[in-house]
This record gives sequence, structure tokens and C-alpha cells, in this order.
Amino acid sequence: MRLDKVIGALDKAHRNRFVIGVASFVTVAGISAVAVGCGTTEKDIEELPTPVEDTLYVYNAGEYIDPEIIDMFEEETGINVVYDVFETLEEMYPVIEAGGVIYDCVCPSDYMIEKMIHNNLLQEVNYDNIPNIKYIGDDYLKMAAEFDPGNKYAVPYTWGTVGILYNTGMLDKLGIPYPTKWSDLWNPALKNEILMQDSVRDAFMVALKKNGYSCNTENPEELDAAMKDLIDQKPIVQAYVIDQVRDKMIGEEAAVGIIYSGEILYVQDELEGTDVNVEYAIPEEGTNLWIDAWVIPKNARNKEYAEQWINFLCRPDVAAKNFEYITYPTPNTGALELLDEEYLENKAVFPDTKELLRTSEFYHYLGPEGDALYNNRWKTVKSS
Amino acid sequence: MKNNTSRYLATPYIIWIVGFIVIPLLTIVYYGFTDRNNTFTLNNIAQILVWENYRPLYRAMILSAVCTAICFLLAFPLTMILRSLKVGRSSLIVFVFILPMWMNSLLRVLAWQTLLERKGVINGILTALHLPEQHLINTTAAVLIGMVYDFLPFMILPLFNALMKIDDNTINAAYDLGASYWQTLTKIILPLSVPGIVSGVTMVFVPALTTFAISNMLGGGKIYLIGNVIEQEFMQDSDWNEGSGLSLVLMIFVIVSMLIVNHFDDKSDMRKGGVI
Amino acid sequence: MEKLKSALSNCYLSLIVLFMYAPIATLVVLSFNSGRSRAQWSGFTTDWYVAMWADETIMAALRNTVIIAFLSAFVATVLGTLAAIAINNMKPVSKNIIMSITNVPMLNADIVTGISLMLCFIAFRISLGFHTILMAHITFNLPYVILSVMPKVRQASKETYEAALDLGATPFQAFLTVVLPELMPGVTSGFMLAFTMSLDDFIITHFTRGAGIDTISTLVYSQVRKGISPTMYALSTVIFLTVFIVLMIGNYAPEWAKKRKRTV
Repeated sequence: MRLDKVIGALDKAHRNRFVIGVASFVTVAGISAVAVGCGTTEKDIEELPTPVEDTLYVYNAGEYIDPEIIDMFEEETGINVVYDVFETLEEMYPVIEAGGVIYDCVCPSDYMIEKMIHNNLLQEVNYDNIPNIKYIGDDYLKMAAEFDPGNKYAVPYTWGTVGILYNTGMLDKLGIPYPTKWSDLWNPALKNEILMQDSVRDAFMVALKKNGYSCNTENPEELDAAMKDLIDQKPIVQAYVIDQVRDKMIGEEAAVGIIYSGEILYVQDELEGTDVNVEYAIPEEGTNLWIDAWVIPKNARNKEYAEQWINFLCRPDVAAKNFEYITYPTPNTGALELLDEEYLENKAVFPDTKELLRTSEFYHYLGPEGDALYNNRWKTVKSS
Repeated sequence: MKNNTSRYLATPYIIWIVGFIVIPLLTIVYYGFTDRNNTFTLNNIAQILVWENYRPLYRAMILSAVCTAICFLLAFPLTMILRSLKVGRSSLIVFVFILPMWMNSLLRVLAWQTLLERKGVINGILTALHLPEQHLINTTAAVLIGMVYDFLPFMILPLFNALMKIDDNTINAAYDLGASYWQTLTKIILPLSVPGIVSGVTMVFVPALTTFAISNMLGGGKIYLIGNVIEQEFMQDSDWNEGSGLSLVLMIFVIVSMLIVNHFDDKSDMRKGGVI
Repeated sequence: MEKLKSALSNCYLSLIVLFMYAPIATLVVLSFNSGRSRAQWSGFTTDWYVAMWADETIMAALRNTVIIAFLSAFVATVLGTLAAIAINNMKPVSKNIIMSITNVPMLNADIVTGISLMLCFIAFRISLGFHTILMAHITFNLPYVILSVMPKVRQASKETYEAALDLGATPFQAFLTVVLPELMPGVTSGFMLAFTMSLDDFIITHFTRGAGIDTISTLVYSQVRKGISPTMYALSTVIFLTVFIVLMIGNYAPEWAKKRKRTV
């Protein structure tokens, strides 16, 4: 209270009131300007000057490209690439939707592409600018048409399956036969040996497929049965994880794990020279097929550069080089010819698509109500 | 007149707290009481009554209460011993017990993960000693250990401060008047350290109740707490309305528990007034 | 009896020290382990430190953490100190209102603060990124600054200030040379408190960060979900050592200086 006078005294020189008022205004205005200036409000987006002429903004999942390829592209085309990564598709979606940061080229998965098409966030690709599309196998384009009818929006980048990765040594020791079906993951002898996927669609796919249902079902009874199965399975599951499956399998933390087929080669490479052996099984009941593909958001500012980028990635030598780095199966037939026979013979990585398509499915976008059917039940599983 | 000018000094601050405290709170209230179509609903708040939401809240309450109790039981004897050493607040030995507080908390949880994992350090030692491997990680106990480890310094610091404030003469007077050690402890020391206990309990209970990182890192996604439910609503399910509703319920929960805890503090103030 | 008691208490202290430091020691040891395994020692190496240094994501996260901590603590200190002076002069009603709003981020669970800020940013179409983390950190730092500065404002003497004015200082000069030095202990401790709170925050950052930007805490969280690389152990060691040295200097440098003076 003694400061009353101290501060009050400032008043004596009355101009100070003005000074302080101005100063405080400037401080706040300055801070908010910096804050808001860094971010972009909706209005700003329309007013933003066209970005640096020769820059392409790419948005991709983490560790999902050979970094040298970005350098090669920059060198060959003179286009400067700003490359950002996201961790999950759920994190990516609101960024594109809100348009806070504007990307020219993004690489989501099938059901997410379907959602983006549905919500009018994408623009059609001009194939005149992508002559290398001829190297993408017809089978894969046909598969991609499932979520992108007419192949208007998406150019496939990688594809694969979801399956069971198992450690043969550990299973032998436990005296458990190697898994061939999803229902093998309900074997109580596998207590604390199973790594499940911590994502709602993948977890439910396992239980739904096990019971012979579609992994896109919206039938509450089928979903309830799957939920009950997942709850029953929970006590023998070691952990629900996402990307950790890879490292945990390498570290022999668990005997079986549910994994994307793109990770198999990485795990096997890491284990080469050790006495640990892992194998991959695509369960008999069928599984989820997935495709990751490049798309161009509606608000992209450099559509032509994006198409140059896609075209570059579709070039056989580039696709082959990239495959060797990320080990996710490529749909590029030109690249397949350049690859080692050894890879192609690996049926886990390159399964027979015709056989697969009989039993397996892509995920489809189910809309908010459909998603809620899954999410609520998943919460029940996690809470029990 | 005099007061008028100085008030302008708070202008930037007031603008700031309105913009970043009041408006965000109103936003969360708005989301909590509306549905996807922006119509009013109490449904999001009522969600807490659904089994899959109240179960994680209940589990979080039990875990954080146990964690707080363990922290107190560990910290109280420790701070009593430190006090009896008659060292100053800034002595090295006190420093040793406070230091871990400044280490990044997620790195400290990470440390427990490396210890408890199936092929982690503890099992490595057990194997080297030809003992069987233990299943330690992804259990409730693992989450509890992580919580205690992460929050223990936050119990030690306020307790120590409170105990250091107690005048030796008060304690000696009690002994002189024939009180036993036990009586002195329960009738003099404990009541006088209530302010420290209250802030310690606050600093441990609230973060433990609302954590989602510790349960995720040490629970392997199997130990689901209210923090995990809310985090999932926002980061994966994108159901902001229900997430906001549950956040509001959690907020009320925290405030009520704070009021209860602080009630003890006020009581002790009165008692202190009576004692001294 | 006394001996037994002191042996018991030493034993207890050692157990707690073990509990507190064994995990940290483990991280330090593992940071020098050449293998990736956490169960086996496969030889000494400093490669993980080299790898950490070369890792752009880790370095960027480290930079972000420090810059955000510094900027947010600085802005919060300026805003908070000015506010503390003004609040002290206010009528009880407005004082109470402002102080209760100030305390909200401290009372609220971090998860609620983080979510409310995130919703607000998104509702007002402010894209999430570095600046939103910064604004969030300033917000939760403010109460710590106010609470540290307030007591000093209450104690400050008006006489010296008036004397300064009488001696011809302008109010601004008087504020800088007389008032501020009196408040300084509170201001510095407020700054330090804000700085460390910002360094350590995970939950609020988790909700207010955008894609592609990490602080140490969010980086650790995402790394753990992918599988931990030993570079994380190297990082832990570096952070622990930094904290240790900084705190040692902060706590003991004044004492050492005093002792030295005395011996001289």
C-alpha cells in the first residue's frame, strides 16, 4: 500500500498517464501482432502473397521418405522443398482442414483420403503432368479406386497389409504353434506376449475379421461381439502400442505383434546376423489392405510443383531407391524390375494381390456417426 | 487520482488474462454444453455417468490418492530427519533431495520404463543372477511407481519448508511439559506442518489425478485414466464436445478436492491461533 | 540408542537417495552403452552423444525449449511485475477479481488449461505452432511471477521514491533506479520460477503445439511411442548435468564468494 504514493506520484507529471497508456497498448499490440502474425487467420490466407516462387510444401508421415530423394528433387528441378512431417493422420487432418499451414502435396492413407474427398479438401490431379503414372501397376490403381473412384485425386505411394509378426524362437520355447489366424491371438498361453495396435480401427479389424465380419461394419451387434472379444483378450495382451511394435519385436520384448507389412523388412534387416528370427503371417480370415497415396489439397498454391513431385516419385529409379530406404512395398512396376529378386520373392512383403482381395478389405470412411460406433466401444475396451 | 495512473500498468496484463484465461475457459464451457450442431445439451456433462468414463475417473482417483499417501509417508520421515540434521535450507544434503525436481519429468518416467521393461535393466540384472524374469511394466504398480517417482520432490519441498518454520522452542516446551515423542509428533509437529502438507498434497494429487503421459508410458495403454480418456477425445476421436464436457467435470472435481484440502489448512490456522 | 537412531535415519536417507537417483544413473550409464539393448552392457561408446548432436529434431527441440522458456518467462515477468504494482493499488473488489482469475491456471489441472487454450486458438483460427506454445507458456507463467513479486511490492518503501523525485529524477528514472531494485529479488525469483516451469511443461505444450514443432518434453513423448533410441539417454544425461551445474552455481556461488571474501 505504500507504493500507492510511489505510483501515484507518477501522476504528478501528468503526461505520464498518456505515456503509460500508450506503452501498455504498444506492448499488447506488439505481442499480439507477433503472436497472430506468426499464425495465419483465415482472412490472412486469402491475402497472403504467393509464396516464394520456387518452393514446394510437402507434408508426409515421419520417416517415410529417403531424405536423399528430397535433395535429388531439389537439384534436378531447382524447386525448393519445405518438408514437414506428421505423426498420425488424425493430427494431419485438422491442419489441412483449417488451412493454417498450406501444403501443396500430402501423403495420407486410404480412408483418410476418402474423408478428405468427402469433405471437399482435395483437388483433382492432372495426369498430363504425371507421365510416370504408367509405372504404377493397374492392380494398385484398381485398388485405389475403392476409396478414390476413378483415380481422380490420389497417386499410390506404398501399399501393404496388416498382419502378425512373430518370433519363432520365443514361440518354440513356449511350445505354441506359429499363428496363422487372428483367433490364435486369443490363446491364453500367449499371456503377456501379444502387442496389439493402439488404434481403434486396427484393433477392431482384428476382432471383426476373426469373427468373419467386415472391418467396415456398422452393425452394432457385430461390433458388440468384437468389443467383447477385445475385452476378453485384454488380460493376455502385453501392451497396446503403435509404432513401438517394431522396436519391441527387435528387442524380443514380445513373441507376437500386430504390424504393418512395411515394417517387416526393417525388422528382419535389424535382426540379420543374430539368432533371432521373426516371420510374418497374413491371417487366413483376411485382413486390412492399405494404400498410402499422394494427394493435392484444394488450397495448394503450387499445384504444378506438386505434380512434378509426384511424377518424380513415380520414376522407377527413384521409387526403387526410396523402397530400399523405407522398406514399404511400392506399387511401382518399373521399380520392382530394378529391385533384387530376393525382395520380390518375400511373399510377406509382396503378397499375391488377387488372393488377398478375396478376403481382405480397405478401411472406409464411416462419417462421424460411424466413427462414434467404433470410438465408444474402443473406450469401453480400454477402460475395462 | 493517484490510483488512476497506476491502474494503467495492469492494462496489458488484464487484456492478457481476459484473452488467455477467461475466453479459453468460456470456450471450453461453450463446447462442453453444446453438441456437434451447436445446440445446447447437457449430454457431454452427463457422459461422466457412463461406465467407460467414470471407471477411469474412479481408477485415477484411487491411484492418485494412493500415490499422494505414499509420497507423504516417504517424505515426512525424510524431512523430519533433514530437520534434525540442523542444516540450512541451502545445504548440499537438502539440495540432493530437491534436485530431481528440475529434471525433465518425462525423462524421469522414461528412466523407469528402461528399468521395468521386459528386457529392461531390472530383468537384465535378474537374468544375470539366474533369477526368473519378472513382468513389471504395463501394470498398475508400474504406473504408481512412476507417479510417486515423478511427484515425490513436490511433496518433499513444501513439507521441508513447513517443518523448518517450526520453532525448536515449541517442541522443547512440549517435551518439558512431559509430552512423549508420539504426543509431540501428533499434537505439535503434525498440526504445525499442515500448511506444508496441504501444498504438498495439492502439488501431488492434482497432477497425478489428471496425468495421461505416465499411464501411457508405463501402463502400455492398458491402464486407462481420466486423463487418457480426455486426451483421446481430443487427439484421436476429435470429439471436442464430449472432451470438453469431461474436462469441465474434471475441473469441478479438482476444485472441490482443493476446497476440501484447504479446509484443513484453515482449521489448522485456527488451531494455531489457539496454540500460540 | 542415539547411535541406532542415527544409523536408521542414515539408512533411510540412503534408500531415498537410491530411489531418486538410481533411475537417473541408469540413463547415464545406458547413454555410454554401445548396444541398443537395455539389459546388456556391450561396451563403452560416446557415439550416442555425437548422434544426438547431429540429430536435427533433437537439436531443434532443445532450441525451442530454451527459446520458449526464455521468451515466455521474460514477457510474463514484464507483464506480471507491472501488474503486481498496479493490483496492489486497486480497490479490494477489483483486486480480488483479478487475483482469482490470476490463480485459475495454477488451480486448474494442466490438462484443462491446455485444452481450453487449444480450443480457443482453434476457435479463433490461430494455427497451432511455436507462437501458440509461447502464448500458452506466458499464460501459465504469469501467476508465478505475480505471486513472487506481490510480497515485494507490499514491502517496498515510498519514501526513497519520493526522495528520488525531490532530487529531480523523472518518475521513470525513479522507477528504474529506486523502485525496481527494491522489487528485484521478487522479479528474479519470479523469472526463474517461470523459466523452470516452462522448461518442464509437457501437458500444456502437448495440446497447444502444432505439427512439426517439438519441445524436449513432447519429443520424448513421441519418441517413447516409436521406440526409444539411446540418443534419448545421451540427451537425459546432458540435461541432468546442465541442471546440476546451473543449480549448484545458483545455490552455492554466492556462498563461495562470501567465504572467499572472508578468507581474503
